Amino acid sequence: MKDKIAEKILLLIACSAILLLLLITFFIFQQGLPLVLRIGFGNFFSAHWAPTRGFFGIFSMIIGSLMVTFGALVFGVPFGLACAVFLAEFSSSAIQKTLKPVIELLAGIPSVVYGFIGIVVLVPFIRESFGGPGFSVLSASIVLGIMIMPTIVSISYDSLIAVPKTYREGSYALGATKWQTVVMLLFPAARSGIVAGIILGMGRAIGETMAVIMIAGNALKIPGSIFDSVRTLTATIALELGYAAGDHRAALFACGSFLFLIIIILNVIAIRITGRK
Amino acid sequence: MGFRIEPRVNQKIAYYVLLLMTIITVLVLFFIIGYVFKNGLGQLSFAFLTQKTMDMGKGGGIFSSIVGTLFVALVAIVIATPLGVGSALYLVEYTRGGPVRRVISFGADCLAGVPSIIFGLFGFIFFVIHLGMGWSILSGGLTLAVMIIPTIIRTTEEAIKAVPRSYREISYSLGVGKFDTIFKVVLPASLPGILTGVILGIGRAVGETAAVIFTAGSSHNLPTSLFSSTRTLAVHFYILAREGISMPKAYGTAAVLIIIILLINFAAYRLMHRFIARYY
Repeated sequence: MKDKIAEKILLLIACSAILLLLLITFFIFQQGLPLVLRIGFGNFFSAHWAPTRGFFGIFSMIIGSLMVTFGALVFGVPFGLACAVFLAEFSSSAIQKTLKPVIELLAGIPSVVYGFIGIVVLVPFIRESFGGPGFSVLSASIVLGIMIMPTIVSISYDSLIAVPKTYREGSYALGATKWQTVVMLLFPAARSGIVAGIILGMGRAIGETMAVIMIAGNALKIPGSIFDSVRTLTATIALELGYAAGDHRAALFACGSFLFLIIIILNVIAIRITGRK
Repeated sequence: MGFRIEPRVNQKIAYYVLLLMTIITVLVLFFIIGYVFKNGLGQLSFAFLTQKTMDMGKGGGIFSSIVGTLFVALVAIVIATPLGVGSALYLVEYTRGGPVRRVISFGADCLAGVPSIIFGLFGFIFFVIHLGMGWSILSGGLTLAVMIIPTIIRTTEEAIKAVPRSYREISYSLGVGKFDTIFKVVLPASLPGILTGVILGIGRAVGETAAVIFTAGSSHNLPTSLFSSTRTLAVHFYILAREGISMPKAYGTAAVLIIIILLINFAAYRLMHRFIARYY
């Protein structure tokens, strides 16, 4: 009897994550969707954002978000993969034991601290070396690249480690070097995990808010170069939510709905690729 | 084709490139921490930690933010721990694959990938406005609870899985029921692992900004109840830095944040290792 009741209660608790996810979905869309339907998708995806005058086009922010996300991948993926390969294949277990927590620590540093270091170190450096305002696509990409690295490292590392030892032994027995084994055997074998890691990193980059607000400049136009200021969807939400009311607030929730949709799609792809064991 | 790099040479080059990139990554981490400490540790004093914020942040210390952060994080883990641990127990002890497990796991994985600004929007509309809790410690804590549930689920799952089967079998063989086996044998045995998840959850709560600024608000007064608005350390730091109110105070606050994060990560790491050493 006690066992049966306990099982029912635990099942109820276990549903909390999925129920909360549904609750979040419901409230975000309930606030944002009516406005989008009223003004039409054409207006919503136009490039004219002047929320106090009734224009709610988010196109330039979508481009902004895509640019910094792509930039983050350009910096984050090579370094993330390099660390994962180095840790998994080229280092002793003692080095692994010290380096893994160090890289995990990188994930623990608050995003405001990244943003702050961006402001005081990176932005002035880019302004002096390349001209322009410094607050730019490039600065945001570099900082986001660092921020998504831990995700890429830990998931790629896990999938490299999961490749059976016999694969490596077979390869070495055929006279292949370690590097040849990594490129020709381990990468293909661990491909799904690596791709999933990159997709989850993408999700982190597109959803990151505070660091981006602090270093991207937030100008409301499509950037002409990587040295131009840029504004993302997340930045718009965070910058304007504090004072927005009425349709303006609804428009921010519409931004949120769109962002949420992209994140869920990325998550679903990543989950499908890895296929939970 | 004439030119081909000798595999052994190629291997050497690859090794050094990977080594270099890994070193750069580690240096970036040390640079960030070192930079904050170099400029911020000098700001730390007993007064800075124990005085209230004055002059919009130009003067005084960060005491109200420390208290606010503590309470917001406390609300978050008090709510998230039972939900997270319960979910993990159900996943490991009561399901073997099947659709129920898949749906629950999917929920946790998806929730883990939701960006903090979405939690901020949700907390704002649901807790602050819909449930009428206003900008408060309670709204902020509940929003963070939703955010850290997946962290606690995942860590607890690993911890429970690590408890050897034999523990359960011995318990059953003595005629102990499933419920008692789980709560008197499995749960105590996996406690250090569970604690690791809770500590990591606290770390996320302490470092979070986007999800709390719209739910707990940014009042720099000392909170008097769960319904007081508060400004957590991360939010305080953000306001100081972004509005250029006071760079020295911003560095000081950042140093405190980094110290807390370092301690939390260190504690979680030590606990997990002691735990792993016990069973593997």
